[in-house]
Amino acid sequence: MRNTLTLFKRELRGYFATPVAYVFIVIFLILNGWITFYLGGFYEQERADLQTFFNFHPWLYLFLIPAVSMRLWAEERKTGTIELLMTLPVTMWETVLGKFLAAWAFTAIALFLTFPIWITVNYLGKPDNGVILASYIGSFLMAGGYLAIGACISAVTKNQVIAFVLTVMLCLVFILAGFPMVLDFVSGWTPEAVVDAVRSFSFLTHFNSITKGVIDARDFLFFGSLIALCLFANAVLLDLKKAD
Amino acid sequence: MIEIKNLSKHFGPLKAVDGITFSVGRGEVLGFLGPNGAGKSTTMKMVTGFLTPSAGRVSVCGHDIETDPIGAKSKLGYLPEGAPAYPDMTPAAFLDFVADVRRLSGEVKAKRIAEVVRLVHLEGVLQQRIETLSKGFKRRVGLAQAILHDPEVLVLDEPTDGLDPNQKHEVRALIRQMAKNKAIVLSTHILEEVEAVCTRAIIIARGRILFDGSPADLQKEGPLDEVFRRITTGDRVAAG
Repeated sequence: MRNTLTLFKRELRGYFATPVAYVFIVIFLILNGWITFYLGGFYEQERADLQTFFNFHPWLYLFLIPAVSMRLWAEERKTGTIELLMTLPVTMWETVLGKFLAAWAFTAIALFLTFPIWITVNYLGKPDNGVILASYIGSFLMAGGYLAIGACISAVTKNQVIAFVLTVMLCLVFILAGFPMVLDFVSGWTPEAVVDAVRSFSFLTHFNSITKGVIDARDFLFFGSLIALCLFANAVLLDLKKAD
Repeated sequence: MIEIKNLSKHFGPLKAVDGITFSVGRGEVLGFLGPNGAGKSTTMKMVTGFLTPSAGRVSVCGHDIETDPIGAKSKLGYLPEGAPAYPDMTPAAFLDFVADVRRLSGEVKAKRIAEVVRLVHLEGVLQQRIETLSKGFKRRVGLAQAILHDPEVLVLDEPTDGLDPNQKHEVRALIRQMAKNKAIVLSTHILEEVEAVCTRAIIIARGRILFDGSPADLQKEGPLDEVFRRITTGDRVAAG
């Protein structure tokens, strides 16, 4: 655990050592504002909640999170530091976890900095702050899901562009898993159970039920187990392909 | 302190390392010689636990690298090929990170960092980002990282590559100085380096050991570069 913390600290500091962190956070906040107020029509709706704000998070994350995750392992490979990291007395798990948690904490910082919108909505009306808190937690968990998928893909390639594009693609499949464009691929020739399983993987379905204020432990469990599974795959893939 | 038995690594049909066996004891400085692609780096990557061997065993200070990787790795200092380091970090932050992972803390940590900084002369660049450093400084940062925890076993992949003649001289002096209570393996393609620092030389080519003996034995055979060429091009297979 102590090693995980050491790696976590190095990694998180790494984000702020380059313009990456600042560019990401600024763009994230600008896009959030634009989308909520212009695309979402936050004022026009005259509703004291943050649904318009959260509704766009799955789409915003689709492009921004892979930009964070693509460098996780691909960069270690490119600079050769992966060899250094893997020959230090730390276990694969500590490394995978430390890196993932740092990236997750980084997105948490970006998400936290959206708090002015929470202040705004509380100034304008009387929103249900419980739902807003649940939505923030849901959004944070969903970001973790995207990141874990991205980390896993980053582990198998040295090329960050490939990691980015593949992550966007795979995340899109997860977002749309409940919709015809994905379901049509599997329905008809596979048992109904498979179609149901694919449908249940939809990020949108799980996230939307959280933001609507339906607190169902299964939605949280879904993101939690997705993260665990992806990190497990990440460790296995990395062990197999670390020297390629 | 390093025991290697029948170590092999195959990449598909290519036998990068083909059943090599040797051991290195305390006080020895083993020079690993061979043409490019001979299997030097691959062997070092297996000894340090980065690559998993296709066959054979490696043990470091009694810890098997496959069954007890953490035990073995904590006894090892390793300078990988090309001396990789995090480009965004400063040498100070980088050494601090490695010290934390190596479980050095408090006064011991400060003392060790100051010591290695002095040994490899990093004083002037401690607060400069590693990506802005010259090749020679990068190599020295890598060396500092490898010796930070005063390891019993040191594996150095081309430690003097990219250094100017004065720096080479200093690094060789440093290696000789550390040799007394360590087992050191270094790879090089500079033949004079073997004479200058090594107590023993192994020549490998095509993944096999072709010569194992003292640099003096090697020299008896004639001028070093001729002997090297003769051995590695397969005119003669010698084992000492």
